[in-house]
Amino acid sequence: MADSETNLVTINIDGNEHSVPNGMNLVDACESVGVEIPHYCYHPKLSVAGNCRMCLVEMGMPMRDRATGEPVLDDDGVQKIGWMPKPAIACASKTMPGLHLKTKSDLTKECREGVMEFLLVNHPLDCPICDQAGECRLQEFATDYGRGFSRYVEEKNVKPKRTKLGPRVTLDDERCILCSRCVRFCDEIDENPVLGFTERGSYNTLTCFPGTQLDSNYSLNTVDLCPVGALTSTDFRFKMRVWFLKPTPSICTESSAGVNTEVWSREGVIYRITPRRNDLVNDTWMADTGRALYHQVEAENRMKSFRVDGNRASIGEATQRVRELMSVGPVAYVGSGQMSVEEQWMLRKLAEVEPGAVHFVYHQGEGDDRLISKDKTPNLRGGLLTGLLKTLPETHLHALRDQLEKGEVKTIVCFGEDLVKAGIGPDLLKKANIIYLGSHRNDTTDIARVLIPTLTVFERSGSFVNQQFRLQKFAQCVPGPAGLLPTTALLARIISEIKGDAYTAPSNPMLWREMGLAIEQFAGVEFAKIPATGLELDSSAFAQLPFVEEKGWHYEPAAEPAGAESSAH
Amino acid sequence: MAVKVVDRSPLNFWEKTYMPQVLGGLKITLDNMLRPKVTLQYPEERPTIPDNYRGVPTLVRDPNGREKCVSCQLCEFVCPPKAIRITPGDIDDSDENAHVEKRPKDFEINMLRCIYCGMCQEVCPEEAIFLQDIYSVSGYSREELVYHKAKLYELGGTLPDQHYKWDRKKEAEEKVAAGGHH
Amino acid sequence: MDSLLLDIVIKVIFALLFVAVIMSLAAYSVLGERKVASWIQGRVGPNRTALPGISAIPVLGPQLVKLGIWQPLADGVKFLFKEDPLPGHVNKLYYCLAPCIALVPALTTMVVLPVGQYMDGDVVKPIILANVDIGILFILAFGSLGVYGIVIGGWAANSKYPYFGGIRSSAQMISYELAMGMSILPVLIWANGPNSGLAGLSLFNIVESQQGMWLGVWMPIPAFIFLVSLYAETNRLPFDMPESETELVGGFHTEYGSFKFGLFFVGEYAHMVIGSAVFTILFLGGWNFLPDFGIESLHWLSDPWALMPNWLGGPLSVIYFIGKTLFFVFLFMWVRWTLPRFRYDQVMTLGWKYLVPGALICVVAYAIIIGLWDIAFAIDQTPAIVE
Ligand code: SF4
Ligand code: SF4
Ligand code: SF4
Ligand code: SF4
Ligand code: FES
Repeated sequence: MADSETNLVTINIDGNEHSVPNGMNLVDACESVGVEIPHYCYHPKLSVAGNCRMCLVEMGMPMRDRATGEPVLDDDGVQKIGWMPKPAIACASKTMPGLHLKTKSDLTKECREGVMEFLLVNHPLDCPICDQAGECRLQEFATDYGRGFSRYVEEKNVKPKRTKLGPRVTLDDERCILCSRCVRFCDEIDENPVLGFTERGSYNTLTCFPGTQLDSNYSLNTVDLCPVGALTSTDFRFKMRVWFLKPTPSICTESSAGVNTEVWSREGVIYRITPRRNDLVNDTWMADTGRALYHQVEAENRMKSFRVDGNRASIGEATQRVRELMSVGPVAYVGSGQMSVEEQWMLRKLAEVEPGAVHFVYHQGEGDDRLISKDKTPNLRGGLLTGLLKTLPETHLHALRDQLEKGEVKTIVCFGEDLVKAGIGPDLLKKANIIYLGSHRNDTTDIARVLIPTLTVFERSGSFVNQQFRLQKFAQCVPGPAGLLPTTALLARIISEIKGDAYTAPSNPMLWREMGLAIEQFAGVEFAKIPATGLELDSSAFAQLPFVEEKGWHYEPAAEPAGAESSAH
Repeated sequence: MAVKVVDRSPLNFWEKTYMPQVLGGLKITLDNMLRPKVTLQYPEERPTIPDNYRGVPTLVRDPNGREKCVSCQLCEFVCPPKAIRITPGDIDDSDENAHVEKRPKDFEINMLRCIYCGMCQEVCPEEAIFLQDIYSVSGYSREELVYHKAKLYELGGTLPDQHYKWDRKKEAEEKVAAGGHH
Repeated sequence: MDSLLLDIVIKVIFALLFVAVIMSLAAYSVLGERKVASWIQGRVGPNRTALPGISAIPVLGPQLVKLGIWQPLADGVKFLFKEDPLPGHVNKLYYCLAPCIALVPALTTMVVLPVGQYMDGDVVKPIILANVDIGILFILAFGSLGVYGIVIGGWAANSKYPYFGGIRSSAQMISYELAMGMSILPVLIWANGPNSGLAGLSLFNIVESQQGMWLGVWMPIPAFIFLVSLYAETNRLPFDMPESETELVGGFHTEYGSFKFGLFFVGEYAHMVIGSAVFTILFLGGWNFLPDFGIESLHWLSDPWALMPNWLGGPLSVIYFIGKTLFFVFLFMWVRWTLPRFRYDQVMTLGWKYLVPGALICVVAYAIIIGLWDIAFAIDQTPAIVE
């Protein structure tokens, strides 16, 4: 599609001329100029099946004399349009110069009404108990393009209603409109072909092949894909109606892939996470594991109060204690790739006020060569860009451990890292004063002298830099627990406590102005203007670093030999 | 627009004394005094409630005792003062109504917020919520006036059903299971 | 000595009786007010208060409850037991004094109020606590002291609305006092005319002088002026400037609550009852049954009580008098629920521009008329006086 953007052609939709890229799918092309062509089976990221017939429109081309190739003119001297005798499906057609479309003609309308009537013939009257209601294509198109009444009086088909296709997906076959999107997804994208249709005609039923189940880590994408309520998420099933949910753009923190997400919440409670389309990062997909991350907000081990030496404290008491402990002796900082760029910048400012080495932990795990990378933190590259890290960190904090053993470090300011897990034994840790800023309890928090609760990614806003060195914003989806502050504000308080000057809560745009001046790669970046699809940063300075990420759907490791094209997706 | 000044007609002597008017007023009030009273002696006498009266919204069961609400939350959405709050839930597979799949885990209507508009009744696709003839709502605390599911069903009782939609659905399913029409 | 002691004891008993009657009349006119208001507005009014025990009596008990008989009792108890607030910004002494000042004059005036008659041998005597000669002056003087309660209350409350109420009240009182005083001059002239053969300002005389014809009938204009002034003096609608809830919140009693407010309230109604009684005495023939038109053979019509034994005639005359009075109390209420409140300037205009001149004209006119009457009819009787 690289050339299509430069290659515009003019097509005529309902008598209006529009300029669209050549060779673009007609459904997309029409959508790009604001004309809706209703469709079920077509999906921009899947192959064209053309089986639902909802996208039927009238098409025509300017007429030319077959023999001479001369334009055929009508009486007014205008070139005649050769309309096809029957309507054609838009999803299987591409734009070409001079193409004429009728999306509002009587014939088109009749086609749509007919298709809708057929689809609804055996469709159950399930909307009141159907999770798709409110975002259901069938509902929408039935009201927009349907006949508005039913002539069907016979008994409706009965099909299996609560099939568990896999651990996370439940199927209601009666609602399935047989568009085959889910089948194609499993086939083409997930490359795990487990879904298929059995029986024929109106008995046609979606099911898993015998002995298989829909258990891949991408299975919930079929739920997003399904234009109706046939495939539903077992986790989200019957939890909340979608019309109450407010979507907020966010970034998945599962790995450094930086999958774009939408977090759906109502009145401060998150109900589900779905992928947000970004053709440069994750297309329209995301992994099932990332969708479950919102449970951390309500997790049992969530920290909700400030504590000093095990006792509840106010934020003022906590920061005061932080100042005292930091003045005891040499300080070390343990930053984290879970911190946003802004927080890392504030940490850098703190490290300038109270000098100390900054350590990171390189969280490595299994990647799947798709949308889960081997680096399990979303923002390690932010640490590099903000200058906290000069090189890639170790997977364990052995250097810090050695220093502790030698007594070279008295105080550790730790940002959400479990130091025990990172290789420092609890006995050794007890020798240091630990100031812990994090959202959940772990072995380290039991030892820490000062506990400062922080917000999860869903409760604050900021930005991450993913494996592609793409700077991506995430917004606050729900309010955090009462009394908690964003980490940037907490750090600003600690800094002003140490410096003894007045505290002002920093805002992200303000921090970005500072960073734009101080950091070369961030020059000219304005927080408010970071596009929804992210901003690719100059990564040349880090080209030599041996990042662990392997090839993914939209990621090529820079260290690999040149010539590897980006994935077909 | 031209302004036309209309002179007030001057008061005559009697009008100036106000007396005829005052006496006229006294006569009117006297007449009123002798008229039958309209007061309804409330706790003993009760008003007759018209058929389409919009009283307290209640949840109803169908004649077979099935709770009709499927927690579609449309009423919660449509309710102008947001008096309704539903916690949706599913129906256990072992339940005789398992084929309905969904029912409210809890259904709260805050009677202090409800404005008795009847929107919930109008929007309900399952004919499960009705504003019936209860008009006297009282309690000692705010919590008491948030009616929960049990109370709403108790107030609602059973209403006749025109459709038996879910029963018919179950019948069809059973027929298929027995090898009948697909 | 014995008879003096007896006299004193009897006087005290009478006085207590008077107070009891007047106070319960005042209390029940509060109930009456509410009932009348309800009836006029198509309601039934207070009909719920029940007294345990009595209300359980079959038939009668529920009927009494329905009439609201126990309501004043409940109101009184409520006033007694409510928290008695003493706002911090008031002048405490006068604040507490004002309600008493409002009530006391109303109760004091009843001392000179004759309420009936009895026969002492052949002589007709009034049932009265103190048959002073200057009865009417006493009433006028003391009655207008009531305004001090309002003025002091308004001033002591030390906030703007009560203050306005007090100011208005004093201005209104002065204006109408004048018209009121003048409007009864014709009555006094008549009562003291040689024609009647009586003398003095005592109210008993005035009643006696009306046996021929009630003065209200042939002195309608002074009667009317007196009645209007009475409304103004008692602060009743349409003249309730000092209270006027719509502009002054509650006027002079805005800062009052509980029992102090209750005193003001009862004071107002006591004023009303006394005022009605005075009007009855001055213009409606007191306890005279019906006018006898000066015809000797019809004398039984005006004074049937004299023909009865004392134990019957006395109380009957009192009851008849109270009945007449209650009619006027009712009129007070009826008017209140009919007419809207005047504007303040209208109140002043009415008082100074119409009532005062009107009363003056009446004084002159009736003086001339009565003078001519005397000249025409009284010549024959002159010897009688000489005798
Ligand atoms: S799939 Fe759509 S039309 Fe069908 S029951 Fe669900 S919401 Fe209704
Ligand atoms: S389950 Fe959904 S996506 Fe799959 S074929 Fe049916 S309607 Fe299409
Ligand atoms: S009657 Fe109206 S206000 Fe009351 S619950 Fe129903 S929709 Fe809400
Ligand atoms: S609209 Fe009806 S079925 Fe839906 S939640 Fe409300 S009462 Fe239940
Ligand atoms: S979208 Fe074109 S046929 Fe289905």
